[in-house]
Amino acid sequence: MSDTNNVRRVISVLVENESSVLSRISGLFAGRGYNIETLTVAPVPDSNLSHITIATKGSLRVLEQITKQLHKLVPVYKVIEHNEMVEKEMVLIKFPIEQNLADIQVLCGAYNGGIVNVGESMIIGMVADEPCRVKHFIEATKRYNPIEIVRGGVVAIER
Amino acid sequence: MNINGAQMVCEALIAEGVKTVFGYPGGAIMNVYDEIYKQDGFEHILNRHEQASVHAADGYARATGEVGVAMVTSGPGFTNAVTGLATAYMDSIPMVVISGQVPLSLIGTDGFQEIDAVGISRPCTKHNYLVRELSDLPRIMKEAFHIARTGRPGPVLVDIPKDITAEFGNFVYPKEVSIPSYKPTYKGNSRQIDKAIEAILKSKKPLLYIGGGVVLSDASDLVRKLADMGQLPAVETLMARGVMGAKNPLLQGMLGMHGNYSSNMAMSETDLVISLGARFDDRVTGKLSEFAKYADVIHIDIDPANIGKLVDVDYPIVGDVKRVLEKFITGLEGKINPERYADWREVLARYDNLHPQSYVDSDEVIKPQWAIERLGELVGEQAIITSDVGQHQMWAAQHYPFDRPRQWINSGGLGTMGFGFPAALGAKKAFPDKTVINITGDGSILMNVQELVTASEYKIPVINVILNNHFLGMVRQWQTFFYEERYSETDLTFQPNYKALAEACHGIGYDVTTKAEFDAAIKDAIAKDKVAFVNVQVARFENVLPMVPSAGALYNMMLPKKEEK
Repeated sequence: MSDTNNVRRVISVLVENESSVLSRISGLFAGRGYNIETLTVAPVPDSNLSHITIATKGSLRVLEQITKQLHKLVPVYKVIEHNEMVEKEMVLIKFPIEQNLADIQVLCGAYNGGIVNVGESMIIGMVADEPCRVKHFIEATKRYNPIEIVRGGVVAIER
Repeated sequence: MNINGAQMVCEALIAEGVKTVFGYPGGAIMNVYDEIYKQDGFEHILNRHEQASVHAADGYARATGEVGVAMVTSGPGFTNAVTGLATAYMDSIPMVVISGQVPLSLIGTDGFQEIDAVGISRPCTKHNYLVRELSDLPRIMKEAFHIARTGRPGPVLVDIPKDITAEFGNFVYPKEVSIPSYKPTYKGNSRQIDKAIEAILKSKKPLLYIGGGVVLSDASDLVRKLADMGQLPAVETLMARGVMGAKNPLLQGMLGMHGNYSSNMAMSETDLVISLGARFDDRVTGKLSEFAKYADVIHIDIDPANIGKLVDVDYPIVGDVKRVLEKFITGLEGKINPERYADWREVLARYDNLHPQSYVDSDEVIKPQWAIERLGELVGEQAIITSDVGQHQMWAAQHYPFDRPRQWINSGGLGTMGFGFPAALGAKKAFPDKTVINITGDGSILMNVQELVTASEYKIPVINVILNNHFLGMVRQWQTFFYEERYSETDLTFQPNYKALAEACHGIGYDVTTKAEFDAAIKDAIAKDKVAFVNVQVARFENVLPMVPSAGALYNMMLPKKEEK
């Protein structure tokens, strides 16, 4: 399992909250051929910083380069390669109203979530859990004919 | 001081000590040009193409070590400048380029001459700015110069919408820069430095691997001192020619794809690579798994991302090579014994004897290598040599006797044809008393040939020595070696009359086919105060050798034939 050529890593990047900063980061990944699994961005409360969380994969050499190249960008304050972290991802799933609602509710509950919205023809479930558990959840819901699945990308915090 | 944005730009340039701006006006930058007209703090040179403006600013920066400045308009003005930015970026040249932009209200509307300059230049600048508020402009100008010249230097773009240059506001140029997220490391880690010093003392076959960072950091004297203390053999990259000085017996030569035999063998057999501001470029290393196979690596670089990028490093030292070398020299003083490496020097001397840098000269036709060597004899140390890209560039790097850093100016990283002529203009503006010669080819020279007009108008008498083989020579060479002599689109038999072309632009031209004519033309061109084309017919099918075929190991070189005696 410990394939050093394809290691998954979650990286937090603290950046100055300016208009072009996200394109600098995504452009760096695209231009140098680094892989982005997920990317989330939000402002850090009470500051002029933003927190970007990137889940990526690559060889150890590439991961080291990613960290160093991110550091080189002028608006980047801090790069944290997560090690001991709590990692969560959110997903929203829309089901037809005809499906077994009790089953769906139990399933969502088992993965830290629940039913968050109901309409005439659909219901929406939400869960927030570790990325691999989110994957299991999505697999488990397949039999309820989901209409739409929206994953939120990973956020992580170091313990 | 209540002034408009355009004036602020000029005031900032003057405050930064800028003497010369290279540029080309246009709609979006006109307000700034109006202020340039009114001021007398700096001179403006009107190149005849924006690419040339940026290369000229680049040449100025390489010759002086100061920040070069270019100015262009929006849209095509900016896109023409991109090659210049990328050239400077790849070679870490400090530069500030100011571009006009459409007014803020038009950004995003596909306005006339609108292009996303910040988006396009992101991967080929160290940093870039779109100025959105006039009140940010003084700070941004200050930061741009600071970022360009500190840490690992590089080009910075400042894109300024037209309405901002028209708007009035209070101008106070900041004295200090505060960018909390930008703090380059200059001082090397002392524990790593101590370990590296121990490694040098323990090694038997150490090798100084000198890169362009030494030139950028103005650390050549220290490198020479370190080499001298331990009598340590050294190799230079293309970007470091001149650091050791051609006459220095410790210098093996240039290494890499067109490196000489003893340099490439030195790298293949060394037990300790001491990398000084070099970045292990693929044209230097050849096949990575065979590169310096028996060596531990000390890597000193101001850019941490260069360390461990391609080669595993045993002694990583992030810092300014100048400061680190000072510590090396103090640490090694009295401890290093040159005798320890005598056998190693002996081995390399034998290699150099076996296959010295050589070519077979001819009495019938001028060999390009001869032309370079002769140029070295005629103008030598006092000239600044720029070059374009191709065979002539490699011959210049191999055969010209470079004696000091900043004497050799070429586009190493990006390999930009058309660089040499405008870069020569920049160098000559900086050093009007020096002879500045662009060694070029019949392919490259046409890529910025319009600069003949610029050179004539401003009386910047640079000499272009065209090594004319009626080919795109380097591509032709590869076609000979690797494409079974299918000379696809490399035959340049159809040529302009170079002499007449120079003269049409108020310069002077020489057609040279013999060695005597060569001497006469160079001497005459130096004596005349005009931009010159010296069109030298050289052997058509001459190849640049030695050559390490792409992706091959450094020790597998194609070598020149030995002269029959």
